[in-house]
Amino acid sequence: MSTHVTPIPTADTFAPMSARRIFIFGGIVLIAGGMLFGDIFAVFVLHQNGGQTGQALLAAAEAASTGNSLAVKQIFQHIGGLLEDHGTKVDAHVHMTDAGYLALLVALLQPYVALPQRRKKLLAGLFVAGGLLLPVGIFLIHYVGLAYSPFARIGWASLLADTAGALLIVVLLAEAYGLWKYLRGDDSGERELPTDSSWERRTLLSGGTILILVGFLYGAWYAGVDLHRHEARETQILKNLLDASTSGTGGTVVEVASYGSLAAEGAVKIAAHSHVIEFGLLAMLLSFVQPYVYLSDRWKRRWVTLLLGGSVILPVFVLFEINLGLLAGAIADVGGLLVIIALVGMLVGVLRYSGSLDAVSGVAR
Amino acid sequence: MSSPRRLLVVGGLVLAVLGTLYGLHYAIFVEHQTLDRMGGSLAQAFVHAAERNTAEARGAVDEYASTKYNYVRQVDVHSHWIGLAMLLIVLGAVFDNVVLSKRGRMWVASALVTGSFVFPLGVILQTVSHGASYASALAILGTATVTIALAAIAWGFARGADQMTQIESSSMGSTL
Repeated sequence: MSTHVTPIPTADTFAPMSARRIFIFGGIVLIAGGMLFGDIFAVFVLHQNGGQTGQALLAAAEAASTGNSLAVKQIFQHIGGLLEDHGTKVDAHVHMTDAGYLALLVALLQPYVALPQRRKKLLAGLFVAGGLLLPVGIFLIHYVGLAYSPFARIGWASLLADTAGALLIVVLLAEAYGLWKYLRGDDSGERELPTDSSWERRTLLSGGTILILVGFLYGAWYAGVDLHRHEARETQILKNLLDASTSGTGGTVVEVASYGSLAAEGAVKIAAHSHVIEFGLLAMLLSFVQPYVYLSDRWKRRWVTLLLGGSVILPVFVLFEINLGLLAGAIADVGGLLVIIALVGMLVGVLRYSGSLDAVSGVAR
Repeated sequence: MSSPRRLLVVGGLVLAVLGTLYGLHYAIFVEHQTLDRMGGSLAQAFVHAAERNTAEARGAVDEYASTKYNYVRQVDVHSHWIGLAMLLIVLGAVFDNVVLSKRGRMWVASALVTGSFVFPLGVILQTVSHGASYASALAILGTATVTIALAAIAWGFARGADQMTQIESSSMGSTL
């Protein structure tokens, strides 16, 4: 297999079980895991959950129209559960992916963190553990609730998530302290990342920057044009729904449908904005990992193209969901899958690289 | 490490810690209460409707809208500060590939750090007084600053890629 990786300088920056290696492996695994979870959530939970919430809202409006306030309270407890189910799954997806991004980022900073190597490895391990436990805790909030909790509002799963979040903060603070020491003149004991001007790196860097810029412009447009209009429209629809319920003139079904459409419109626009930016950031982060991807140039370029292609397909077709419905949703999910496949392909390349290094250095024995 | 890179990396780390601390504080002390209040006021609106109390029902919807207005922006601040922090650190690592003048690089880095702090700050200030024009102006100013800085960086990357292509083609020519 041909590769243009120059073994000696690059190998020096990727020592066996070094902090950087733990951060890079952990980061890619967290991102791929978070994205896979997001794809599964989008296919099996998201639309079903939205449909159930709409039905529950309609049931609440009908209960209100018949004057049954007890039923209204029970239905809203059910709606609260549905929203918590939805919210915690979105949060688990976002936090797992973002912890992966942070891990890759901190991997980049290792040459500028002046701390003893053992402490850096410990911090890397703690960060990856925190990055795994945080989304697990968030995911469990809906299922564990307040069972056996000594607190009135916070359950054990929330405590797990908060503790993992605190762990991430402690690691970040320690890394910041190491950076501060480096800036004051202490030696980090690590070489800088290999300088690489390959096609893969340039494409990922420029593609990533363009994705971020487009996402940022779209987000600004959404905040300026849509956000306030959506908020005002939501309030108006809810008031219309309540008026229709109290007057008994009908129209609740139309109002609930309008509410559902509005919620879907807001959700897809925010999802398109956040995903295009996150994929841009991911592309830029992965540009640094390219010297460690031990694959032929042809395969490296394939993974880069697949990653950028998926990064465009997902947000664009998420937006089209407003007009094309589930067909666009399915194409968007395929876009997400392309990004995951590209990530796993690159991870395999990094594993091959570390395996070859360890075999040469004798660590594998 | 050059001054613009240092500014971006340190600014990014400070913003990451700020965003994470804000998120932790929010998750422990604010979020559960806010969600309870939001759900409670919406449920209360329907209960009032069931009791044929239209004015109270409409009031509860307004309360729900007000709480949700704050909730959306509070969550946005957390995610945008951390997202922008990550962007600053990544750009700090590759800023040498941005082909701009020395002074231009410092200006772009400063604008990006300032905009990244100011834009979410403007968003969170909107919760202090709903629809406050100074808060919206701050958010718009921050957004414009970040957008212009990002565009300049994309242009700098493109110039760097052009130079790289020229170097590659000239080295291929000399090899031939």
